[in-house]
Amino acid sequence: MLGWLTTPVAERRLLSEGRLRGPTLYVLAIMTFAMIVVAAAGLALSNAAGIVTRGVESRYAIQINDSESLPRVLAAVRTVPGIRHAEPVPEAEMRATLERWLGPGGLGGELPVPALVNVDLAPGADSGAIGRRVEQLAPGSRFVAHQQVVRPLLRSLRVLQWLALSMVALMAAATSAVVVLAARGAFDTHRSTIDIMHGLGATDQQVTSLFQRKIALDALFGALAGGLLAAFVLVVLGGGARALAGDLAGGPPLTLADLVILALLPVGAVILAALVARAAVLVALRQSL
Amino acid sequence: MARRLPLCETGAQGTERGGALSAIVEFDSVGLRYGTGAEVLRDLNFRLSRGGFYFLTGPSGAGKTSLLKLLYLAQRPTRGRVGLFGEELGDQPREELPRFRRRIGVVFQDFRLIRHLSAFDNVALPMRIAGRSEAEVEGPVREMLAWVGLADRASARPATLSGGEQQRVAIARAVITQPELLVADEPTGNVDSDMARRLLHLFTALNRLGTTIVVATHDLGLIAAAPGAQLMRLENGSLSDPTGSLRNPPLQPAPEAG
Repeated sequence: MLGWLTTPVAERRLLSEGRLRGPTLYVLAIMTFAMIVVAAAGLALSNAAGIVTRGVESRYAIQINDSESLPRVLAAVRTVPGIRHAEPVPEAEMRATLERWLGPGGLGGELPVPALVNVDLAPGADSGAIGRRVEQLAPGSRFVAHQQVVRPLLRSLRVLQWLALSMVALMAAATSAVVVLAARGAFDTHRSTIDIMHGLGATDQQVTSLFQRKIALDALFGALAGGLLAAFVLVVLGGGARALAGDLAGGPPLTLADLVILALLPVGAVILAALVARAAVLVALRQSL
Repeated sequence: MARRLPLCETGAQGTERGGALSAIVEFDSVGLRYGTGAEVLRDLNFRLSRGGFYFLTGPSGAGKTSLLKLLYLAQRPTRGRVGLFGEELGDQPREELPRFRRRIGVVFQDFRLIRHLSAFDNVALPMRIAGRSEAEVEGPVREMLAWVGLADRASARPATLSGGEQQRVAIARAVITQPELLVADEPTGNVDSDMARRLLHLFTALNRLGTTIVVATHDLGLIAAAPGAQLMRLENGSLSDPTGSLRNPPLQPAPEAG
């Protein structure tokens, strides 16, 4: 299977067409570029979702309609077992948040502004029991999990993440299809050479190695070009993405493990191309004697 | 049981070589058709002796090239049994065929040289396919090119060679590995009479070394120049004249061979 790596120079000359002519190089460059960028987006979304999930999994909010009872409720809540930290949201911040929806001065003087207390639960705390306790302390208040608030966002992030993964898989499939076509095209182009080689006693392995080597080299150069371009784009976009991720989730968009995965994508594309080319040529060869 | 004709299994040269010779090729009730068409070869029954020299004659369209294709394994028969080098070919899986092909040299009617390779590389191809190292290839290929008069054209591409030169390259490629069986389809069709004589001399020399030679030709002069050879005549897909009247020289006057 790896015999093509050691094909003698004289045998390499049997396939005359030089590199940079077939479609494999260009398609691999484009596909590798797109795969890396889409995969990077998917990984960044996954990381953001993870950070958001971890950030809100123990965070709750107590919404108190009667803001005048805030000091009493706050003092009582801080004594509830399982509540690690309780901090009221400043009224100015609340007003600023609401003004985004109602416009400047939209609150006027007559609309009551509810009080909000952000609460962090201790690990393993029973959120249901704590919620009931809070409602006893402040009747009419709402004990809301942040997870509940961000669930639609998380769902969207997961969907986008799966979409990115599906696109990478689709691009890999499209790359395979193009390699099959390229291999068949090369096979047809060199049909007379192959017939001569067969007639002289060449094995399928010998013939296949020539095509596999040629297509693998085209794929290698294409994947390198696409990978370098993708790396450049990611570096350029990296600043913006980092800022976005920081705003959204408070963490870097890509981890070291993600970068390793992205770096392995071109390698995977080359291996895939070589294997697909081998299979395509073997299938074509088996149709002859 | 298939009928077996002793058409070619004995002959002057075979007898001279020492009596009972093993068959290198055996055809029993062999038929060949392409697709759903009529059979182009019918009920072929013959044996070729190891070390024999055979001319295959017959009119155009008689099936000579099809018979040669069966001999050099470019086709499988649609019926009947073919034996080669003492082994049944019908039992051989496809993966085993290269092992047989490496023991056969072929001179194609249309040369079939690889156009982007030099004359040297074309002649060296069978040796490289057989896994010989470059050190092993260099000497014999230079020698063979010199023998066919192309020592100074070693680096020339086929397109820059004349028809006769291309044919000599094709012949050099066919014989470079000293095959056990050499199959040639009109090998002198594009060379002058002097080169034809030289090529026949090469075939004869190979034959003396033990190579079985099968040459399809219309060239009566070539046949006449090889008095020890035997004749096979194909007509309408059948081997005809099993009485030996077409032996060379004929036992009795025979019509022109194609």
